[in-house]
Amino acid sequence: MYTQGLNELAARPLAAMQEDPALLRRFEARIDAEEKIEPKDWMPDAYRQTLIRQISQHAHSEIVGMLPEGNWITRAPSLLRKSILIAKVQDEGGHGAYLYSATETLGISRAELIEQLLSGAAKYSSIFNYPTLTWADVGAIGWLVDGAAIMNQIPLCRCSYGPYSRAMIRICKEESFHQRQGYDLMLKLARGSAAQRAIAQDALNRWWWPSLMMFGPPDTASPHTALSVRWKIKRFTNDELRQKFVDFTVPQARFLGLEIPDPALRWDAERGQHVVGEIDWSEFQDVVRGNGPCNRDRLQARRDAHESGRWVREAALAHAAKHARAAAA
Amino acid sequence: MSATGDSAANRDAPGAPLEYVLRLGDTALVLAQRLGEWIGHAPAIEEDLGLANTALDLLGQARLLLAYAGEIEGRGRGEDDLAFLREESAFRNATLAEMPNGDFGDTIVRQLLLDAYQVPLYERLSASRDPRLAEIAAKALKESRYHLRYSSGWVVRLGDGTEESHARVQASLERLWPYTLELFDADELDRAVVASGVGPDPRAVEQDWSIRVDAVLAEATLARPATARYRWYGKQGRHSEHLGHLLAEMQHLPRVHPGARW
Repeated sequence: MYTQGLNELAARPLAAMQEDPALLRRFEARIDAEEKIEPKDWMPDAYRQTLIRQISQHAHSEIVGMLPEGNWITRAPSLLRKSILIAKVQDEGGHGAYLYSATETLGISRAELIEQLLSGAAKYSSIFNYPTLTWADVGAIGWLVDGAAIMNQIPLCRCSYGPYSRAMIRICKEESFHQRQGYDLMLKLARGSAAQRAIAQDALNRWWWPSLMMFGPPDTASPHTALSVRWKIKRFTNDELRQKFVDFTVPQARFLGLEIPDPALRWDAERGQHVVGEIDWSEFQDVVRGNGPCNRDRLQARRDAHESGRWVREAALAHAAKHARAAAA
Repeated sequence: MSATGDSAANRDAPGAPLEYVLRLGDTALVLAQRLGEWIGHAPAIEEDLGLANTALDLLGQARLLLAYAGEIEGRGRGEDDLAFLREESAFRNATLAEMPNGDFGDTIVRQLLLDAYQVPLYERLSASRDPRLAEIAAKALKESRYHLRYSSGWVVRLGDGTEESHARVQASLERLWPYTLELFDADELDRAVVASGVGPDPRAVEQDWSIRVDAVLAEATLARPATARYRWYGKQGRHSEHLGHLLAEMQHLPRVHPGARW
């Protein structure tokens, strides 16, 4: 999920030119040979910074992503669904912890990263700035948002940076499970009462376009992914991944008996793929800039948790320090 | 159900009364619901994970117990009917379980007090003459032991942490202590299950509970509060003001969509 950061290598193509040419050549030869880069290996600064931004953004997204779905834990309509949802949100927390650790291998601490999130300096996936208004949204997030995440993440399992690639292998397994659970939830609603079908359709209507935006701006508007692709951080372009997602998802919606909210959607027999209508990129830019429906709420919830938990973390540190002193004495 | 139906002795074994199984199941369910409120808002990611773990275990226990309660009742009600379609006064959970989360200290003290109760309770229930209950208790016991380690660890860290954390968690303890009386205050139903060999004597559970809690409080440098006089009777269906709100939130959807499947 959450690869908006990959589009930001854009800002630094020149930096790569300033590295020691011999080291850079060796580095790129290893990349070309599909070798994994490990934490202690030499790497260009732009590679390191891109990865820090990308992996931490992914970690932040997992942590913030706990909020919209967590919103329904206390209201899940059956005990089994409540268990599934708690387990899912817990998995996301686990992914966050795991990815923060992967980021730390690049020489930055979790505390610094969390500070970047809370100060608003770091980004997280914009999808979580949309509200979860009905129970169907929990299903739509699993089906569409996790579905889009998987499209993004499967290629990341082959990312050139070892710790990220390994993290993604594990995370992808859990995400695909979540995606199936989300679809199953939607299926129950779609086969349910008229009221249940109505919330399922409404959820699809609201989550469809933001899910397509999760893949980032169109390739024509993000010409800078070249270096990311060359260094095998990123393996496919935004549009390629988005297309894959659309081709997967449209038949799934049809099976549910739900309608994709895009009157321009059509099948192009020649290309053998679906063609979607125009995406409203101004909405995307707006949400990225902080003007989505829930940007403030999400960040405030994280800040509140951080602040109200401060005394707890301080107590744990103080207790550990006392014991370390006692053990040393 | 390995222990059921395999011998004449089992067929003759006394079954647990419905009310008694509801007490166990509702306490697990209501506590799980409270813990669920934390997820995504805990002091650190590890605590989001830890509280979620405990919530999941308790929810699993609640499902087994409520499903069993439905069978005992014999009116075709399943776990979800019992969880989502009963009125507040039909809930039989210990009042302590429904106490609001408060700060992390309140939550972790509530957890300690209930974990230290569930461990000796489930230890004894795993030898219940009701084989089904014994089986559920044996599974729950493993989980409760882990919960107790988690909550004890945090009460010690907070009690023996900073001045602020010590004061806060001592206050949590004072606030929640009065609700523990109910756990050990044997009523007619408790006496009946003791007599039939289905459940343990609450006094024996209390002794164990006291030993465990005192040990944690000592390590945490916290003072055991004086015993309060007022007794709560959530287990008889007379609750605090808090349960109604908890259930209103939890039961909302199934009540708005009667008969729907999810």
